[in-house]
Amino acid sequence: MGGSMRIKSRSDLEEVRTIGLSKIQPDRPRIAIGLSTCGIAVGGENLFNRLYTLIKEGGYDIALTKVGCIGYCKEEPIVAVTIPKKPLILLHRVFPENAEEVINAVLKGEVPESLALCRILEWDHITGILQYGEGFDTIPLYNDVPFFLHQTKVILRDAGFINPEDIDEYIAVGGYEAAYTTLTERDPDAVIDEVKQSGLRGRGGAGFPAGLKWEITKKAKGTDKYIVCNADEGDPGAYMNRNEMESDPHMLVEGMLIGAYAMGISEGLIYIRAEYPLAIKRLRHAIDQAREYGLLGDNIFGTSFCFDIQLATGAGAFVCGESTALVASIEGKTGRPHPRPPRLTDSGVWGRPTDLNNVETWCNVPVIIAKGSKWYSGIGNSSNTGTKVFSLVGKVENVGMVEVPLGTSLHRIIFDIGSGGAGGKAVKAVQTGGPSGGCIPVRLFDTGVDFENLNRIGSMMGSGGLVVMDEDTNMVDIARYFINFAASESCGKCVPCREGLKHILLILNKIISGKALAQDLILLASLSDTIQKTSLCGLGQTAVNPVQTTLKYFMNEYEAFISQEKR
Amino acid sequence: MDEKTLDEIISQYASPSGRTLGILRDIQIQERYIQKDLLKLLSVKIDVPVSQLYGLVTFYSFFTLQPVGEHLITVCMGTPCHVKGASVLLTTLEKLLDIKGRTEDGKYFVTTKDNKFTVGIARCFGACSMAPVMQIDGDLYGYLTPEKIPEILAEYGWKHED
Repeated sequence: MGGSMRIKSRSDLEEVRTIGLSKIQPDRPRIAIGLSTCGIAVGGENLFNRLYTLIKEGGYDIALTKVGCIGYCKEEPIVAVTIPKKPLILLHRVFPENAEEVINAVLKGEVPESLALCRILEWDHITGILQYGEGFDTIPLYNDVPFFLHQTKVILRDAGFINPEDIDEYIAVGGYEAAYTTLTERDPDAVIDEVKQSGLRGRGGAGFPAGLKWEITKKAKGTDKYIVCNADEGDPGAYMNRNEMESDPHMLVEGMLIGAYAMGISEGLIYIRAEYPLAIKRLRHAIDQAREYGLLGDNIFGTSFCFDIQLATGAGAFVCGESTALVASIEGKTGRPHPRPPRLTDSGVWGRPTDLNNVETWCNVPVIIAKGSKWYSGIGNSSNTGTKVFSLVGKVENVGMVEVPLGTSLHRIIFDIGSGGAGGKAVKAVQTGGPSGGCIPVRLFDTGVDFENLNRIGSMMGSGGLVVMDEDTNMVDIARYFINFAASESCGKCVPCREGLKHILLILNKIISGKALAQDLILLASLSDTIQKTSLCGLGQTAVNPVQTTLKYFMNEYEAFISQEKR
Repeated sequence: MDEKTLDEIISQYASPSGRTLGILRDIQIQERYIQKDLLKLLSVKIDVPVSQLYGLVTFYSFFTLQPVGEHLITVCMGTPCHVKGASVLLTTLEKLLDIKGRTEDGKYFVTTKDNKFTVGIARCFGACSMAPVMQIDGDLYGYLTPEKIPEILAEYGWKHED
């Protein structure tokens, strides 16, 4: 199909789907390398280049392609090999020196078993199921791998399986089907209702009901409204959004398209952090491809609906994840928050009503429409529906990207999926929610991870970073680390945040240098309380969470710094 | 950067949304720092006061007004990197390259005397699975230990002084 083709009917979509399927499941072997930022950094690109040379020089009939990241970062570079009528095989820790071995095996219709991680007989893309073949019975099944067994892949359903730089492959697994149905058959308000019924809550951390926000934006007075995607994933230790955009950018584009139609908005913006060059590149590419197929721009799917998306890049300021600062940044100003109200839904980008949702929130939309709100709300629990993607990092054995139903316990995530502490060390705590979150001790690991539960124990969901701490981690140092971070990222507008955090940092430095008195701990607690209650925006209000939770759960570590005679 | 290149960058931003920061980002990536004269020129071209542009490049940590050395090393200071010893990487670099800087304000930025290397810090590259990580001229190095650093620096022309 030529680049000028515009998809206007279901049969056009079917035609592209057939082409896409012939790329994912060609009638010849396919070797697909997981090439997201992490896969590239551990040598995936060198492997790709080596394989490319070998295939070209040998004139072999093998399709070589790139895919996104399946999330098992510890085992990268990961390679997915498909031989017609055989199961899909994931190979792990494949380096350039293994390239010949892989090619030689594939040419014989085999795979190098020593590199095999698991086999996949069929894969549920949620928007469609792909069947692979039988065979390779000695290789473990996907569900035999503990890291995969307890996961539920909804958002990451395509990550590691399709080429993120080829819209045909996204369409092949049912992509843009939900958007097509929505734009050609459904009433916009019914779409908002569907999202409301699904129970989808904002994945940026606050958990505000997404459908309700859409409704508020739609009802707001004003014209030329905006929808914005918050891709300013600023929490250190969190890279879910990066992976979602690098591995499956069309999922985000489709989610925004459906949202735009539901709200009747024609302008979309993705505010993405400057530190994600590959995600920026792949999103730009995805947007261009979608325009070529007539899925963005004027008269989408041949209807009268028009919508387009532009990228706006950030420039390294944590505070710009805050909604009003984000808007200021898009407008070319310094990212300093202003008090709300007015909320963005009344006055956002250029003073127009604006709906702002996180990357992952948008990514949930296509499956909600494709499978229905009832299906969606069957995942998770009643007030926390759906799945959540977490980046499981720090001192945990199986580092990677994990997707589980909301409400899944920390124990399951960290011990069953993560296999506990790295190198067999004892896990002490997990830090959730980035600099705004808190440290949760191991004794509370039976807590189900949802918005309310995490708040109840003094932390928060945040965007989904889970940083595991082990017996060697000093919790006072962790508190100092976060305060140092928040103090340097404070925009400086309000006094409690600007001055208060600086003084918290001084007190923590004093404690760690062994010069503090017992009364300093009281001052630390009371100053934290003041900052929390009086700061202008979320940054200051939550910046003291790491201090408050470590004081609450790890007081003994503070006390250990205070010498006996000074108590 | 010559005026023509600047014009080309500006022409890629038709819509005002994200325009100013986008242009500055492109300049930063191409030049690896932002020349003050260029800021003045840009001010005239896009009709934004120099004071506002200056405010932006000093507010956002992605920009720097100081020239960088031949190679730019950025050490990630994200949480997973921190718990896995990022600060030891930084002190190792300081020792090997004979430099000294301050991390308190989150804007560590030091260039070696021979102008060969500039060392900076980042808040998080989102490459947390490979913590601790650093980046040299855009290439990521993960699973680092202080012992691996001399070898990596040698790839960029660093020589051990005996």
